[in-house]
Amino acid sequence: MELSSLVRKSDYEWWIPQTGAMRVPGVIYGTGALVRDMDEKVREQVTNVAMLPGIQRASYAMPDAHWGYGFAIGGVAAFDPQEGGIVSAGGVGFDISCGVRTLRTGLTADSIEPVKRDLAHQLSRSVPAGMGRRGRIHLDEGEIDAMLQGGARWAVDRGYGLAPDLDRIEEHGCMAGAIAAVVSAKARRRQQDEMGTLGSGNHYLEVQRVAEIHDAAVARAFGLEAGQIVVSIHCGSRGLGHQIGTEFLKEMAMAAPAFGITLPDRELACAPVESEIGRRYLGAMRAGINCALANRQIITHLVREAFATVLPQAALTLLYDVSHNTCKLESHVCNGTAKQVFLHRKGATRALGPGHADLPDGLRAIGQPVLIGGTMGTASYILVGTAESERLSFSSSCHGAGRAMSRHQALRTWQGRQVIDELAARGIIVRSPSTRGVAEEAPGAYKDVTAVVDAADAAGLSRKVAKLVPLVCIKG
Amino acid sequence: MSTTATAARSGWAHFSHDADIGVIGAGATKAEAFRQAALALTAVVTDPGRVRLVEPVRVSCEAQNDELLLVEWLDAVIYEMAVRSMLFGDFSVAIEGGHLRATAYGEAVDVDRHEPAVEIKGATLTALQVVHDAEGWRAQCVVDV
Repeated sequence: MELSSLVRKSDYEWWIPQTGAMRVPGVIYGTGALVRDMDEKVREQVTNVAMLPGIQRASYAMPDAHWGYGFAIGGVAAFDPQEGGIVSAGGVGFDISCGVRTLRTGLTADSIEPVKRDLAHQLSRSVPAGMGRRGRIHLDEGEIDAMLQGGARWAVDRGYGLAPDLDRIEEHGCMAGAIAAVVSAKARRRQQDEMGTLGSGNHYLEVQRVAEIHDAAVARAFGLEAGQIVVSIHCGSRGLGHQIGTEFLKEMAMAAPAFGITLPDRELACAPVESEIGRRYLGAMRAGINCALANRQIITHLVREAFATVLPQAALTLLYDVSHNTCKLESHVCNGTAKQVFLHRKGATRALGPGHADLPDGLRAIGQPVLIGGTMGTASYILVGTAESERLSFSSSCHGAGRAMSRHQALRTWQGRQVIDELAARGIIVRSPSTRGVAEEAPGAYKDVTAVVDAADAAGLSRKVAKLVPLVCIKG
Repeated sequence: MSTTATAARSGWAHFSHDADIGVIGAGATKAEAFRQAALALTAVVTDPGRVRLVEPVRVSCEAQNDELLLVEWLDAVIYEMAVRSMLFGDFSVAIEGGHLRATAYGEAVDVDRHEPAVEIKGATLTALQVVHDAEGWRAQCVVDV
């Protein structure tokens, strides 16, 4: 992206001035180097989102932003239904409520090393990953309804996980306002055998070591110490969410003209919140959020089972579970007035600051853990929400490294076997059913996650707490 | 970043998109371009040549225009791949007006033999084009993986 087309507000904040049909300005966070490396399409997409009805304050992009569908991935935008605000299937994405959950294990790295290979084997056996791997659980129609309404609470009620887990999940494990009845038969069928599965692409299950502590007080409050072992799970709402996204993207694209919405790009498929299709999408999308929360809860149960066979002394407790592809009704200050807005985070992580009422007791005084996934060969990070991110980005931060290279290019650059061997030489065990999949996900295909996280920290979107490095990675 | 790519007069190709991948099919007829686009879809997951053509699956869909018909078609194939855990190595496609009828030929996913690289979530409206020119028909869009 040409920096000369932007107005530099600080070393980490770049504005697209409000011109033409834009209703608000665009704001891109990142260092000059990160923003320069972004595709020109990101500027175009941030600008287009700024034209949508009811948008508030600004159309934002996080430091890991890249070219998405209508909305940039890393895009954040809030819409006020009182001002004709919209909800957009493209603004949430196909993988509804894709997110990250991190569990503490109570173990240190030295206790893992002798059994690392066994642990990798057990985890890859327990947690189905990749195409063609089905879950152990088959849901009939009644159970699908219960899961779509209940989320992780449903999973805990069925014996997958522990009641204390729920407090450490966004929405306390259950998204209100889900309407199972509007989820299509096709979406249900895609999910029947996919509960407790990881999926593929950039989704993973990792055993990680806390390599660095950047904020000792917050790390202590999060129960993290250098040398400890944690487990992180990155996945979403699986086939059900993909099907909901697929269906509403097309339906909204066709319906937009009837609402008098002129789309600068048809990928911005959207509908007024206060419309039949808008309400129906919100009901289905919230059911998709519950599906993702239930899925990560079941995987947590499977991970606990795998650890119990290899390291029975492990006690896996949930640090936090947060999504990065959602649309939620939240209260934010817009032009000096507190408003209820529909906040789209597409590849952006909610990052609530200290004191926020939605945080559970143990975290309210500190702020929300912001879980940022990296690559199988570099690092992931735990950050904490800041008070100022409400003003800066509607309490949002980055979500990951973001790709630097297309899958195509990665496949031409690396061989999966070579990536696995190189990582093994560095002590990282990768288990995947597909060497081609590993090549496409090679660490070098991603941006430098540390640069992204440093930019989020410096901009005030969230503050670094701990760096995690991978020891075992299960990929789809 | 390129949003178009060249496929031979009849054939399929992929094109780059930041996080995902574009599929493109070309042929003398619209139906052949759609068939080739579906082969490109399979090639996102595995080499279509590795897929045995042992089981036929009938697929039909309709849409208001050619571009949305392409999205509907690819979404229908993605759906059958997902719910049947199958991969498809060839397709016969007939298009009449806004209606498409097809048979997909393939087999159940064999993880060891197919080494499926990635699941496909859905077809998108990104870089979506169905065009007819002197060279024939070309059908393309980005798919989310």
